[in-house]
Amino acid sequence: MKGETIDDAAIRMAPEDNVVTALEDLPAGRTFDVDGETVTLAEPVEFGHKFALVSLEPGDTVRKYGEAVGTATEPVAAGEWVHTHNVVSRRGQPGDRGGDSDGAEGEA
Amino acid sequence: MSESATDPREFRGYRRADGRVGVRNYVAVVPVSVTASAIAKAVAAEAGTGVRALPHQMPLSPNGAARTQIETVLEGVGANPNVAGALYVALGTEDIAAEELADAVAATGKPVETLAIREAGGTEGAVERGVDLAESLRETASEARRETADTSELVVAMECGGSDATSGLVANPVVGDACDRIVEAGGTGVISETPEFIGAEHILAERCVDDAVREKLLARVDRRERMADLMGVDFRGAQPSPGNQAGGLTTIEEKSLGAIAKGGTTPLRDVITYGNRLPVGGGFVVMDSPGYDVESVSGKVAGGAQVVVFTTGRGSTTGNPIAPVIKVTGNPKTYERMHENMDVDASRVLEGESVRSVGGTLFDRIHDVADGTLTAAERHGMAEFAINDLPANEVATLGDPT
Repeated sequence: MKGETIDDAAIRMAPEDNVVTALEDLPAGRTFDVDGETVTLAEPVEFGHKFALVSLEPGDTVRKYGEAVGTATEPVAAGEWVHTHNVVSRRGQPGDRGGDSDGAEGEA
Repeated sequence: MSESATDPREFRGYRRADGRVGVRNYVAVVPVSVTASAIAKAVAAEAGTGVRALPHQMPLSPNGAARTQIETVLEGVGANPNVAGALYVALGTEDIAAEELADAVAATGKPVETLAIREAGGTEGAVERGVDLAESLRETASEARRETADTSELVVAMECGGSDATSGLVANPVVGDACDRIVEAGGTGVISETPEFIGAEHILAERCVDDAVREKLLARVDRRERMADLMGVDFRGAQPSPGNQAGGLTTIEEKSLGAIAKGGTTPLRDVITYGNRLPVGGGFVVMDSPGYDVESVSGKVAGGAQVVVFTTGRGSTTGNPIAPVIKVTGNPKTYERMHENMDVDASRVLEGESVRSVGGTLFDRIHDVADGTLTAAERHGMAEFAINDLPANEVATLGDPT
């Protein structure tokens, strides 16, 4: 697999990613050792869903695959579930087009 | 990955008069409009084995751009090398002339017939006459014999539907590996679903062979993104779809970055307009299409794709009337729950098998299917077909994409 698995239960697709994907249904309280830090899940995270490795502020870029996949809309602590309730797309909104198709959206 | 790391593999297919190779030997019954779709289905059902209907919902009098696109697709499916002979069925009052479609397909060297429901005296007469014509076409088709062909003659369409997080993590990278192998062996691999390039187009743009291809790609992505404006739709509600979101996909960027993995890593050689002819021996190319999987698959099959590879995380059963559809899932629960509808288990990657290894398994399966092995969708008679419409307001605002 391209990414790096963490304790066989989550996968980080690129080293610069600040979120990882659960590879099984994970209970609250489950801990992961990532880059020498311990991340504790604040809530259950379902298979295929993501959680944060580091804390994020509103406006921070969320990275997966080494690319920008969205922007945080509220404070997210390390170990919190990251999904549509706290992250928004940067693209495809009426009157708010990314438009700039030359790679600026990617930043990476 | 080195050039030509994969050698062409042989399979046995039906070499048609225009040089293209079919992997199936069907008679296609193609309605010209929705008014002929029920008759086409009845003809195929009554004629039986080897006769496939391609019913759709297109109207009698589509606007100019929509008409061009419908004609392209209707001609393309008849010309597809999986089709040995075609019957075009019209009510008889359509703007699109069945005879013109038939002439264009006959120019590829295969037998083609037409049937007008009004001239056949109505429903019963049309079905009776249609079955006679289909049986006659099938008799001609039965003379075709499989002969040796290889990977360089395959046009393989990559598609995804019912995506979840495993699509981008596992299944699409496996398909991308198989796409690389097809291209290295001299064949054509094609991805489409342009809305699912949004947020990842910079990666595809870097792979374009020249500025002309890059500009065409970015213009097509931009047009798809502008459709959100036009329709007053917030992509955040529809893309990713509610099902995708339940599967863990949060934004269109995340979905797109996973979706383009289906196209592997080789240079992007061309961008083809919806339903238009795909090159044989053309390397990796993109077809501009909507995100709706049935319309997207139908466009690529109209372009001449003989085999479709379709990834699904949440589980899809879809097939196509004239092209085998190989189902790949990266979700172990879906593989278990919908085993009868799945062909390749890419979730083995989650258990430690390499993407390269499962990609090799898929590459082999593509050739087995080209050789005649039935896919799960074929065994279950799954045969969806739909043509993308071009609403007049979209053409007026964004221009004619055809």
